[in-house]
Amino acid sequence: MTLVSLTGVSLKYGGRTVLSNVDFAIKQGEIVTVVGPNGSGKSSLLRNVIGAVKPSVGTVTRMAGLRIGYVPQKLHIDPTLPLTVRRFLSLPVRVSDSVAHAALEQAGVAALADRQMTNLSGGQFQRVLLARALLCKPHLLILDEATQGLDQPGSAAFYRQIEQVRQEMGCAVLMVSHELHVVMAASDRVICLNGHICCEGTPELVASAPEYRALFGTGTQGALALYRHEHTHSHDHLDEGPAA
Amino acid sequence: MTLLDDFLIRAALAGIGLALAAAPLGCFVVWRRMAYFGDATAHASILGVALALAFDVSVFGGVLVTALAMATTVSTLSGRGYAMDTLLGVLAHTALALGLVAVSFLHWVRIDLMSYLFGDILAVGHMDLAVIWSGATATLALLVWRWSALLTSTLNPDLAHAAGIDPRREQLILTLALAVVVAVAIKVVGVLLIAAMLIVPAATARAFANTPERMALIAAAVGVLSVIVGLRVSFVGDTPTGPTIVTVAAGCFMVASLIRGLFDHRHLRSHKEDS
Repeated sequence: MTLVSLTGVSLKYGGRTVLSNVDFAIKQGEIVTVVGPNGSGKSSLLRNVIGAVKPSVGTVTRMAGLRIGYVPQKLHIDPTLPLTVRRFLSLPVRVSDSVAHAALEQAGVAALADRQMTNLSGGQFQRVLLARALLCKPHLLILDEATQGLDQPGSAAFYRQIEQVRQEMGCAVLMVSHELHVVMAASDRVICLNGHICCEGTPELVASAPEYRALFGTGTQGALALYRHEHTHSHDHLDEGPAA
Repeated sequence: MTLLDDFLIRAALAGIGLALAAAPLGCFVVWRRMAYFGDATAHASILGVALALAFDVSVFGGVLVTALAMATTVSTLSGRGYAMDTLLGVLAHTALALGLVAVSFLHWVRIDLMSYLFGDILAVGHMDLAVIWSGATATLALLVWRWSALLTSTLNPDLAHAAGIDPRREQLILTLALAVVVAVAIKVVGVLLIAAMLIVPAATARAFANTPERMALIAAAVGVLSVIVGLRVSFVGDTPTGPTIVTVAAGCFMVASLIRGLFDHRHLRSHKEDS
C-alpha cells in the first residue's frame, strides 16, 4: 500500500526552484534513503511529505489516517522553556507513564525521564526524539539527517536501532542523509536528489550510476570507498586495542 | 454584592483576573520570544481607545479590534525582508504616536490619558469586572483547549505539521488571546505596562519550573501575589497602582533570580566536592 506519493511536484522559494518535477512514492515497510549534496532539496522533499509546505506545481497524496513519526534535523529548545524528557514524550498526545517508560527503555535511555531536554547529550537527545516519534505507532518514520552531530559509532548504533524498529513495528522509513556508507547498507531503495531525481534504485545500482558518481565523486571519494575505509578503521581499532 | 461594593475588592479581583489569564499567555510570549510583539500590540491599543471614544463604542471593543489588527499585521509582515525587531520598533511606536495624536483631536471628550497609559485599577466598576473576568476566562479556556497543539508548534513547526497540527492556526490563536488580554489589561495596568504583566511573572516562574505547565501555574501565583501586594503597597504608600503592581512583580523576579543563582552555586560546589 502506498503511504505517500508526490506526482510532478515542483517547489519554488522566492523565485528559486528548489524541486522540479519530482515523482516519488513510499510503500508500507520500505526503507528509502534520499541522498544529495547540500541545497539539493532533500529537506524540502521531506517537508512536502509531512505537509509543512505545499508544492507550487503537482500533487501530494497521503493515505487516509496516515500517522507520521518525525525526527527533525535539529530541534532547538529555547532555554526559557522547561521541558523534561517525560513531558516531551507526551507532545502532542499525552501518553501514560508505563507507555513512556517502555518507550525510553526500548530507546536505551530509561534513566533520563526526569532530565531536562536541554541537558541531554547529542546521542541521548536523538534517542529521545526517536522514542517520541515512535509513540504514535507511525506508518511512516521520517528522519531528517537524524545522526548529525553524532560520532560514527553513535550513528551506526542509531541506524541499527532504526532497522530493529522497522522489523518490530513494520513501519516504512524515509530518511535523508549524507552518511552514505551507513545508510546505503540498510536501504531498500536510494534516491539521489539534486533539485530533481537524478537516479534511484537499490543501493548498489545507485552507487554505480554515473549520475551519482558525478555528484559524489568516484574512486576514493565514492561511497563504496568510504564503506571499505570503515572496515579498515574498525580493524585498526581491534589491533590497537591490546597494545594500548 | 455588598462585597463587590468595596473598590479595593473590585480592584483586587480585576487584577487577579488579569494575572490568571496573563500567566499562561505570558509563558508562550517568553518561549516564542514574542516580548516585543506583546509590546507592539499593547501600544496599538491607545489608538483603539481614541477610535472607540471618537465613534462612541466601548473602549474594550475598540482596543480589541486595534490590538487584533496590529497583531495580525505584525504576523503577516514578519519574514518579508525586515528583521523582526526593526519591524516591531516601527509598528509599535507608530501606533502609540498615532494613538496619542488621534486622542488630541477628541476635543469634545475629556479623557484622562494617564489612566489609559498607566491603568486605573481603583476605578474598576461592576461592568469592568464582568468584562475583565469574561475576557480572562475566555483566554484561559482557549489556551487550555489548544495547550498541547500550541506547545508542539512552539517547540518546532515541522514537528507540529507531522502530527497534523497547523502551526499557523496556533499562531493565530495566540494572537487572538493576546489581543483579548491586552484589551482586558488596559484598565488594570495600562498600555505601557501590559507587556510587563505578561513577561515578568513568566520569567520569574522559569527559575523554579521543570515543566511548561508548572511554569504557567507558578507564573499565575506570582501574578496574583504581585496584584495583592501591589494594591496594598500602593494604598499605604499612595503610589500609582498599576506601576506598583509591576514593581512588586519585578521584585519577585529579582528574588527568584537570586535564589536560583544561590542554588546553582551550591549545586555546583557540592558537585565539585563529590568529585
